[in-house]
Amino acid sequence: MDIKLKVRRQNPEADDKPFWKDYAVEVPEYYTLLDALLKVREEVDETLALRCSCRSHICGSCGMRVNGHAALACKTKLSDIDQGAVTVEPMGNMPVIRDLVVDLEPFWNKLYSIKPYLQPATDPPEREYVVPNDTMFHLDGVVNCIMCGACVSDCESLSVNPIFIGPTALAKEYRFVADPRDAADRERLTQMNGPGGVWDCTHCFQCVEVCPKDVAPMERIMAMRRMMMDMGMEQNNGAKRANAFMDLVGSYGRLDETRLLMRSVSGLGELMSFSKVGLRALWKGKLPPLRPHRIAGAPAVRRILERARNQRPRRFKVHQAQEEGVRA
Amino acid sequence: MKYAFYPGCVAKGGTPELYQAMTAVGEKLGLELHELTGAACTGAGVITERDPFAGDVVNSRTFAMAEQLGLPVMTICSTCTGVMMGVKGRVDAHDDYRERVNQLLADEDLHYSGQTDVKHLLWVLVEDLGLDKLKAMVVNPLQGMRLAPFYGCYVVRPSKDVDPLRLGRMGYLEKVIEALGAEPVEEYRGKDKCCGFPLLETNRRGSLALTGKRLAEARDAGADALVTPCPLCHLNLDGQQPETPEAGRVDAMPVMHLPQAIGLAIGITPERLGLHRHIIDTKKILAKVAVAG
Ligand code: SF4
Ligand code: SF4
Ligand code: FES
Repeated sequence: MDIKLKVRRQNPEADDKPFWKDYAVEVPEYYTLLDALLKVREEVDETLALRCSCRSHICGSCGMRVNGHAALACKTKLSDIDQGAVTVEPMGNMPVIRDLVVDLEPFWNKLYSIKPYLQPATDPPEREYVVPNDTMFHLDGVVNCIMCGACVSDCESLSVNPIFIGPTALAKEYRFVADPRDAADRERLTQMNGPGGVWDCTHCFQCVEVCPKDVAPMERIMAMRRMMMDMGMEQNNGAKRANAFMDLVGSYGRLDETRLLMRSVSGLGELMSFSKVGLRALWKGKLPPLRPHRIAGAPAVRRILERARNQRPRRFKVHQAQEEGVRA
Repeated sequence: MKYAFYPGCVAKGGTPELYQAMTAVGEKLGLELHELTGAACTGAGVITERDPFAGDVVNSRTFAMAEQLGLPVMTICSTCTGVMMGVKGRVDAHDDYRERVNQLLADEDLHYSGQTDVKHLLWVLVEDLGLDKLKAMVVNPLQGMRLAPFYGCYVVRPSKDVDPLRLGRMGYLEKVIEALGAEPVEEYRGKDKCCGFPLLETNRRGSLALTGKRLAEARDAGADALVTPCPLCHLNLDGQQPETPEAGRVDAMPVMHLPQAIGLAIGITPERLGLHRHIIDTKKILAKVAVAG
């Protein structure tokens, strides 16, 4: 089949701005995007820079943006994507070194900053750690991360907030926080409770969508928010919002955005800055009711929320089990 | 076409014009909407963040209510839709888990069998009503108007939940805009990105920066206005627009709810659609419609 590739190229040392370059090649049906790019480099334009190694979605080095979203070039079959013209760009949220090659240094630094290794409470046991199977199941997806950076490339929050630690590092943080053998979870979570941590995620699902290994970073971030709140780290707007939300839905069965906002932000300054927005809305006849309307069956909703809370699973930690004399 | 109508909290709270517009448009399109007045908030992802099981039960309660009516659920909010589809992904497929959920519903004599279908109005238009039928109802084509589609994250992601049959639901909004006689701004890069709403309380600066970015992208792509199927996006794109770094630019960007755009094209007055209740003036759009009409 004939395929058109529209590649965004740039050599920052020579070019002021990126430019688009079109390539047309004939390739067999079964080709991946990476196969096609390598064919271009070998037969059409040897100056095209890109990274790859394993060609079988294992090494994580061929991340790039395909038709606007990050993907592994070697996992992208040309027959699966729009063939009018495929646009290929370097990954986002990272400086370009040349063409499709980006600088991963900031990416690695963020990953190192979370101490990506086990920190057990005591010296390792003489033989293996013994943990119940079901305490490890939920780590199944997260240990599959190949650190390709696709999630970081498309992370919405990161695009406006460079201190956000980002989905790869947070997924890795969860990998240790939730590991029954790691004992540094309080310390880890305390750090992630601050600026740049879990509350800076905008819940956009981009990382979940683009991850080639189903790591679901956002789900891990939400799980850590939950762990923090369960540990009593509740003095921040995010935890206040979650608690106020549960409370409002428990009382009225429905949400009231104005009350949610008032109970989630801290301090007069923040409230004042929101009040301008509220006044404008009021002016347009968007007055919130003085008492929110209560749905039929609101008490049943409250009961559901309470009963569900009592069914929340307890976390298993090897060191706690040892202290409490529980056998795994 | 009959639906168990789930308007969501925001259409009855912060963006009352959406509810108003949907009622008018539903009537004219011949959608029979039975409102689920006893259904609770989906949790907008926050109940799920605090307690996933509670989120699954509260939403299954809504599905069970629709099941009693024997109708599919119709929503008018991307966020509600995404949350519900995520819950369905977990509850429908696993009988044991659904039983646990049903135990908490038994109090109210409700039971969810795992069959209730959930559809956003946007999907109803394309999959149930049909674009041809919609086109045939247009009396006032929105000619000469360049409308940028703004989906809202949860109606397009995760695609395995919201488009499990791979129907190409990401792309419907452009089709609907076209059916209304307007020109969809295909090259608008912000269309499936974040409006900033979920960050509003935890990082207001980041939130407004995202909102501003989406508006700037629309302006750069030459859009006259945005159209969104999500009232939460509307709260940020319209309500917070004067607070964004983009504010103060001469050409403020009006943002229409999906039913408002439909309403204009099928001949409902701007008043009934609540177009005067926006923070960003919609006169610019109305002038264009008047010229075209
Ligand atoms: S989480 Fe997924 S997308 Fe992100 S680096 Fe790991 S494998 Fe790549
Ligand atoms: S969900 Fe959070 S971490 Fe994932 S891409 Fe969006 S902002 Fe980034
Ligand atoms: S080349 Fe190794 S993941 Fe693509």
